[in-house]
Amino acid sequence: MATIRIDQQEYTVRDGDNLLQTCLSLGLDLPYFCWHPAMGSIGACRQCAVLQYQNEEDQRGRLVMGCMTPVSDGAIFSLQGDKAQRFRKTIVESLMLNHPHDCPVCAEGGECHLQDMTVMTGHRDRSYRGRKNTHRNQYLGPLIHHEMNRCITCYRCTRYYRDYAGGTDLAAMAAHDHIYFGRHEDGVLESEFAGNLVEVCPTGVFTDRQLVHQYTRKWDLQSAPSVCTACAVGCNIVVGERYGKVKRVHNRFNAEVNGYFLCDRGRFGAGFVNLESRLEFPALRRPDGRYDALDHHRALEHALRAMEAEKVAAVGSPRASVEANHLLRLLVGNARFYPGWSRGEQGAAIRAMELLRDTEATVPDLAQIETADAVLILGEDVTNTSPRVALSLRQAVRNRARDMAGELRLLPWQDAAIRNLAQDTRNPLHIAAVSNTRLDDVAASHTCLAPPDIARLGAAVLEELLPGEGQHFGDPTVDALAQQIARDLRQAKRPLIIAGAGYGNTTIMEMAAELAAALCHGGCEAMLSLCQGEANSMGLALLTGTGGARVHRLEDMIVQGDIDTLLVLENDVERRCSRRGFKLLRKHVKTLITLDSLDTATTSLSDLVLPTASFAESEGTLVNHAGRAQRYFPAFPPANERRPAWFWLLALAHERGIEATSRLHQFDEITRHCAASIPALAGITEAAPRSQFRAHGLRVPRQTHRYSGRTAMRAALSVHEPKQPQDEETPLAFSMEGSQRDTPGALLPYFWSPGWNSNQSLHRYQKAVGEPLRGGTAGSRLLYRQGHATLERAAMPGAFEPRENQWYLVPRHAIFGSDELSALSPPLRELTHPAWLEITPAAAQALQVIDGDGLIIENERLRGYRLEVRINPSLVAGCAAYSAGHAGTFGLLPGEWVTLQKDPDWQRREPAVIASDRGGVA
Amino acid sequence: MDRPLTRNIHADRRPIDLRGYRDNGGYEGLRVGLGLSPADCLQRIKDSNLRGRGGAGFPTGLKWSFVPMGEDCSPGHKYLICNADEMEPGTFKDRLLLECDPHQLIEGMILAAYTIGADVAYIFIRSEYHIAAQRLREGIVDCEREGLLGDNIQGSGYSLHMHVHASAGRYICGEETALISSLEGKRANPRAKPPFPQVSGLWGRPTIVNNVETLSNIAHIIERGPQWFNDLGLTEDAGTKMYGVSGRVKNPGCWELPMGTPIRTVLEEYAGGMADGYELRGFLPGGGSTDFLTADHLDLAMDYDTIGKAGSRLGTGTLIVLDDATCPVGFVKNLMDFFAQESCGFCTPCRDGLPWSAQVLDDIENGQGKPEDLDTLERQVEFIGAIGNTHCALAPGAMEPLQSALKYFRADFEAHINQGCCPWKARQ
Repeated sequence: MATIRIDQQEYTVRDGDNLLQTCLSLGLDLPYFCWHPAMGSIGACRQCAVLQYQNEEDQRGRLVMGCMTPVSDGAIFSLQGDKAQRFRKTIVESLMLNHPHDCPVCAEGGECHLQDMTVMTGHRDRSYRGRKNTHRNQYLGPLIHHEMNRCITCYRCTRYYRDYAGGTDLAAMAAHDHIYFGRHEDGVLESEFAGNLVEVCPTGVFTDRQLVHQYTRKWDLQSAPSVCTACAVGCNIVVGERYGKVKRVHNRFNAEVNGYFLCDRGRFGAGFVNLESRLEFPALRRPDGRYDALDHHRALEHALRAMEAEKVAAVGSPRASVEANHLLRLLVGNARFYPGWSRGEQGAAIRAMELLRDTEATVPDLAQIETADAVLILGEDVTNTSPRVALSLRQAVRNRARDMAGELRLLPWQDAAIRNLAQDTRNPLHIAAVSNTRLDDVAASHTCLAPPDIARLGAAVLEELLPGEGQHFGDPTVDALAQQIARDLRQAKRPLIIAGAGYGNTTIMEMAAELAAALCHGGCEAMLSLCQGEANSMGLALLTGTGGARVHRLEDMIVQGDIDTLLVLENDVERRCSRRGFKLLRKHVKTLITLDSLDTATTSLSDLVLPTASFAESEGTLVNHAGRAQRYFPAFPPANERRPAWFWLLALAHERGIEATSRLHQFDEITRHCAASIPALAGITEAAPRSQFRAHGLRVPRQTHRYSGRTAMRAALSVHEPKQPQDEETPLAFSMEGSQRDTPGALLPYFWSPGWNSNQSLHRYQKAVGEPLRGGTAGSRLLYRQGHATLERAAMPGAFEPRENQWYLVPRHAIFGSDELSALSPPLRELTHPAWLEITPAAAQALQVIDGDGLIIENERLRGYRLEVRINPSLVAGCAAYSAGHAGTFGLLPGEWVTLQKDPDWQRREPAVIASDRGGVA
Repeated sequence: MDRPLTRNIHADRRPIDLRGYRDNGGYEGLRVGLGLSPADCLQRIKDSNLRGRGGAGFPTGLKWSFVPMGEDCSPGHKYLICNADEMEPGTFKDRLLLECDPHQLIEGMILAAYTIGADVAYIFIRSEYHIAAQRLREGIVDCEREGLLGDNIQGSGYSLHMHVHASAGRYICGEETALISSLEGKRANPRAKPPFPQVSGLWGRPTIVNNVETLSNIAHIIERGPQWFNDLGLTEDAGTKMYGVSGRVKNPGCWELPMGTPIRTVLEEYAGGMADGYELRGFLPGGGSTDFLTADHLDLAMDYDTIGKAGSRLGTGTLIVLDDATCPVGFVKNLMDFFAQESCGFCTPCRDGLPWSAQVLDDIENGQGKPEDLDTLERQVEFIGAIGNTHCALAPGAMEPLQSALKYFRADFEAHINQGCCPWKARQ
């Protein structure tokens, strides 16, 4: 600690921080632009200038940049000194020379860091008389809007995009006051994390393209703390609503999970909530196949009548909350509850849960992943299955750079200096996958192997770590690689093994767990992370996989048939079974009742549909891939007869007289009942405060205190403003009244502080800049190290042997498209591709197909699958990779052998290029 | 008079090849140097009191001594870079040395690299100097053939590989850290110091960047000793200096003279005094980014400290003369336009402040100026002119002519504003 003096006031602060972060942590207002808590200092904007005095006698002082000045004991500074204030004012005036006066039409207005800083410095009058520079804007895709004239050249965008996120197609171009931040030509930004530019840019150069089209000010958004449902990582988000529509998703800081950044799937994937196709009323199917709208009483009557049948079963869902799944299971009984995974998914999800539950290694949150000093990824394309993990891995490989910096006594925030020093020196990251991945550019090695061989590579590494029965891979190159990987892992203090459900191969996950256990025995803090499929895969696995209950497979159940009434909870059965299975669903089930927020193939088959509220309109608990239970809260009440799934199920359970539910009335009570009856889920009550929680006796307001136009919004209907909806289920209020002070992290609906209207106000909610929220970090960990990891050493799996004229199916995930919900979001739909099958160039030649042709996929189980060909030169020979989660590939299972043949009737989306059209160059 | 730097340079500026250079005693310094330990070489340079000739005048030996040696240095390359990106307005001294005596530079670089333990050397040369670049490349090839460069130089066990890199052409590349960024293939943005390049420079490795003239002195110092070099200077500063004069003088040019030669000698004796019909109003003593001096300063010695005390900088030692037929506002505006154009765009005061100053000067020059414009310029000088307020020294350098013009030629600025036009243009 160091004692410093700022404007005659003494403070005890942390030694070695820079003065800017120190000031912000102390709650002092010091304006800045280029510094970012996650990206450190470069000293470009010169906005955070303060006076530093050499000693007591020094009366003049000299200007230093806060962000570039380490605090040390005895240092004397002045923020208020006249010269410092005038300098900062001049800097803002300089930044404003070319800034347009378009705040009224700028999507950043009202939450603009530049506005805040301009007001903070007191700059008002413009003395510059010259013309403003103008630029041409670029089309950067459906997610990001570009308005280059507003740029103040702080370099945050390229530092984030290139240095932090590893993107290559956004750069600073030109020089002097003509600097241009953009792409070499118009086009969709390539990075999967480009959306963070919206929050990183201190003004309106990069804005949310959807928000620009659906113009709403931050102060007019009604927001709630929520959890992203687009993958199993469970990033914390803020959902902002107005006029009954989700307007945008912003990052909600969680020091242990997502920190400051989201992926684009999460940020732009909530658009499905606004779909016109979503039902607002329960729907009853008429004999002619059309539907009647019902009120919820009649809908419940119909449902209850159907449930009086003898054989009632239910299908849960890995995208529904723990509470809804729990109620559903109570409703039909354990024996008739099907978790709702496909054949491939079920084993993987349950096994991943067991491995993580029983491992001796640490199961890391993203923040812990960023501390890893050696990483092995076994068969998981994290960028496409758990995208935010990939961004954390990009930070992890820079730990060696920070170590090098430490040797030169550079401080961790001296970003430019550290990057110049370390250049391309990185911690080892080894990747084994079926083809190239998006992390290969920072990997020490990436090797393409078929899933069984990836497991064998794991076994070979294990053999190097714990020499045993001489289980070598058999290929000298791979064995040498295994030695190298083992060496890197052994030398690390915090090695991390990543695998996952992505390839549907449980052996790989088991190998990963064994490796982590072996490293733990070696005495280091090994970490094991297993990526999962969906937002609540882990929650559902914990719910179903315990207590020894027989776990049923959805498709087996359908094929065996003989069900009178089937309840399907927020699940599209079409995605979970083969085409034959889905066809039999209608045949084998007499009454099909679906509860869903979406219009899916399953709802279209149903006899009765109960419309449920989406994650943005309801509350629920999700358990992320690392076993962290997190709560999402409704941003706005569900329209018309939409109800949270738990509400429908609880009503049914009450009417059915289910004993266990007789005392349950509120959401909190369901959570508590679930926690009490399932030991593995005991911690879910800690995920967020109960509905009775009050801060200073008040609820937490969802609306800002400047929220406007509440009367005007309804003026077309009536000028009398109705009472705001009451929220009985959560501590939040649909109102601007209440208190945000000392709010727990799990309840923060937005970030705002006087003078800090932008998201930069976050530091006012943190213990210190970059540190956890003062109100506590959201979520509760359910998995604790059990310490009894005595895994049986698995035998060396069999080698992958390519077959003549047969191909081994592997799933290929896509960040945009593989996830059911986010793929429906309109901006992301623009970035998704129709289903495809990747094959190697050799296979393409053998099959006489080129990119864009069609292939027929068949085996004894599969018929009628036709997919577009994509040639992938990096794919392992003998494998064919299908686009997982895309309509057209449902029912394909990982590890199946299929035959392929050219589809003679295939209509190409684009005409094939004839070689002679390209000047004869093939 | 001993003129070591230009002993091989003739009035017709014909180049000298390796044989000619050796016949004239060349590579004798290298022979001596390789016989010494690097520490001894460093000591000679330190004792010689050689100061950097690129403009800042930092003691060369001291700069070299910061390079980690032996066990202090983590394993890997060390680099020597010759800054031949001569772009300072009014400066053309390095060109002469590069074009006419490339081996003098190469020999100096080998010795410098040997002293700091560098195994790779780059000559970062502005691309307009294509003749010099070609001669250097030829010189390097010749040296490699003769065993003066490459592995195991002259059987000493020391190896050095030298490369010529032609700059893509930005003024800022003359700033040593921007030069390094550029050489790495990145934007030519300067870097914050510390860490200094001596510790973390090119590719993050220890690196020394020296000016052409500095490095051209090295072989002579190693060969003839520090005392000889000290004795060359007329004042405290050692050695000779390449001085130059441009502007309306009778005989503009470049000469090697003892360090500390009085300005009057350079201007009147060598440059022949002002051209007929023109009077001296002032001059920039060391290139475009130094403060004006006036006729009152003509008897000062041209060395680092004397010029510094007079309120300017020796800079590159090449004078730009302002005569009475040239409008000082226009003169300063012209320079400001240059610096605004050459800003790398990294930090705000430089990127936006220089065009702002240029715009105000433009208004004044065109008769659109307002009295408060002088306050704006004063504010710019105060805030942009101080080292430390900006990311590198470009913007403070750009402010030097403006700040001194406001001091010495304030009446001219006021006349522009009061008359609503440029008096010089009105006179025509």
